[in-house]
Amino acid sequence: MSVSEPPQPGVAVAGETVAGPASGAAAVSEPGATVAPHVHSEFLHFALRNWKFVAGATIVLACLLVALVGPLLTDNAPLAFTGPTDQPPSSEYWFGTTSYGQDVYSQFVYGLRAAFVVGSLGGGIAWVLGAGVGFTAGYRGGWIDDVLNMLTNVVLVIPTLAILIIVAAYLQVQSYWAEAVIIGLTSWPWAARAVRSQTFSLKTREFVDLARLSGRSTRQILTTELAPNMSSYLLMMFILLFGGAILIGASLDFLGLGPSESISLGLMMNNAFLASALLLGSWWWFLPPGLGIVALVGGLYVMNVGLDEVFNPKLRET
Amino acid sequence: MLRYLARKAAIYILTFFVAVTIDWAIPRFMPGDPVEGLLSRMHAQPGAEQALSGYYSQAFGFDVPLWQQYLNFWAALFHGDLGVSITNFPTPISELIMSALPYTLALLVPAILLSFWAGNKVGALAARRKVLDNTVLPASYVLTATPQMWLGIVLAWLFASTWAIFPVSGAYALDIQPAWSLEFVLSFLYHWILPFSALFLVAFGGWAIGMRNLIIYELESDYSNYLAALGAPSKLVRKYAYRNALLPQVTGLALALGAVVAGAIVVEIVFSYPGLGTLTLSAIQNRDYFLIQGIFLFLITGVLIANFVIDIAYVVIDPRTRIGMQGS
Repeated sequence: MSVSEPPQPGVAVAGETVAGPASGAAAVSEPGATVAPHVHSEFLHFALRNWKFVAGATIVLACLLVALVGPLLTDNAPLAFTGPTDQPPSSEYWFGTTSYGQDVYSQFVYGLRAAFVVGSLGGGIAWVLGAGVGFTAGYRGGWIDDVLNMLTNVVLVIPTLAILIIVAAYLQVQSYWAEAVIIGLTSWPWAARAVRSQTFSLKTREFVDLARLSGRSTRQILTTELAPNMSSYLLMMFILLFGGAILIGASLDFLGLGPSESISLGLMMNNAFLASALLLGSWWWFLPPGLGIVALVGGLYVMNVGLDEVFNPKLRET
Repeated sequence: MLRYLARKAAIYILTFFVAVTIDWAIPRFMPGDPVEGLLSRMHAQPGAEQALSGYYSQAFGFDVPLWQQYLNFWAALFHGDLGVSITNFPTPISELIMSALPYTLALLVPAILLSFWAGNKVGALAARRKVLDNTVLPASYVLTATPQMWLGIVLAWLFASTWAIFPVSGAYALDIQPAWSLEFVLSFLYHWILPFSALFLVAFGGWAIGMRNLIIYELESDYSNYLAALGAPSKLVRKYAYRNALLPQVTGLALALGAVVAGAIVVEIVFSYPGLGTLTLSAIQNRDYFLIQGIFLFLITGVLIANFVIDIAYVVIDPRTRIGMQGS
């Protein structure tokens, strides 16, 4: 299920209810060269002492390392029919082979790469759209807010997967780049909503009024007054969108709407399922892709909780 | 209160309008000729191609101007006419969907309600018991990060394939007919447990995490401290905290609907459960585009109705929306 619409409301809701980072950081964040390094080291100080952040970040970095280095350790192309069929893991084929004689290890590491592409691109697009729409709606108010809010609500209610199925079904070219773009274009609404309500509560503060009185342009106010106060929130939002995009992408691939010329973790599950790996007991085929997703997305979520505690002194364990 | 619900209903009607428009526009405005694209991927026999091409052109109604195509689309929709399936020719699509729908609902509704109830209860308990917090919370994080179909595959592999406790596929034993008999209901429940568990567990994790965090916020808020300072028993304080924490969770329920529906689709496929998900897969594999479009409309309508039901529930549990203050 999870993510794009946040059933892990912990974080999304947390930011809204507690006005998150804004309350604590407001005083420090007037841009000033002398302040910046201090804030940085303070962040590191608390981040490295938070086991959730450290554990989550370690898992995510390990996944990234596997995705980057893993493909270099094998000569087998992920889709090539290279070896004997249906072999359990061995010294030659670390993760075994599929019923078609493909190398599962090679599929896994390339699939993990695809997951990072879908996550960063899909999550990135959703992040830009969500932050952009949310900032504009929250800061401008009035009829612009009404229109954007309506748009957000409409896209919010339409189930992302349903719209993806119909778009992907009619799309002639199927690649994970295209998939990432469609995911990004449909999964931004909850982010926009959250940013909008944060902007609402920030824009009435004195330091924003002061900036407005001193004649700063809207763009300057957004980038130098509002954004820094929400930076922690924006960072956490990106992490959630990243994980969400990976999960939606996996569902889409499992339905057979994924990339047709390359491999992904969802597609591995799809292939394994269609080839009855379940009944044959070829666990080495269908376990790794799911474990990869659970590790990566779970790592992201746990890291996110850690970050929430780092940025929000109220939540820190004492 | 009526104004609040009317505003919500307006959004949903608009969304339905947008969804129908998308459904109509996508085949027409995607690059390439839809009819040709459909045929080239169907690998039909040469003779059949001619007939299919004729059928598709007629079904899309390409011979009239665009605005009229759009109006015709709406007119057909209001007559309940979603077209005819290609794979199960000539079964109307609405009929196919209607026969699959009960199975999907039988999975979805209990999974949504029970996971919401159990997740909130356990999450609230975890917020004040260290032991529970240290066990339930990590497990919940793993669960929310799990793709439902993979959990389904693992459950099927362990409990059906390896240990043969539960059946691996279908919604009822093949030798009985669907009917309101005890035999059928038992067989149905027996087949229902694994796919239900896959949906339930993933959703459960999300609610538990959310409720745990919300309770912690609520217990730190002024009204909780004030109540405690007045000497109210901590049970009472927690009761108020739970009620307040439930409100954002109900809002979250509306947001999570799309994800649960998506989960049901993929889990059904894993268990060859004869609902909308399995229908979607066969539609995708057979390039039965009108069926895909019909399912799309149906899913969206269902989610919209469910959203409206949740809005009404919100009015019931949040008194502020009733006395005219606009809720969140």
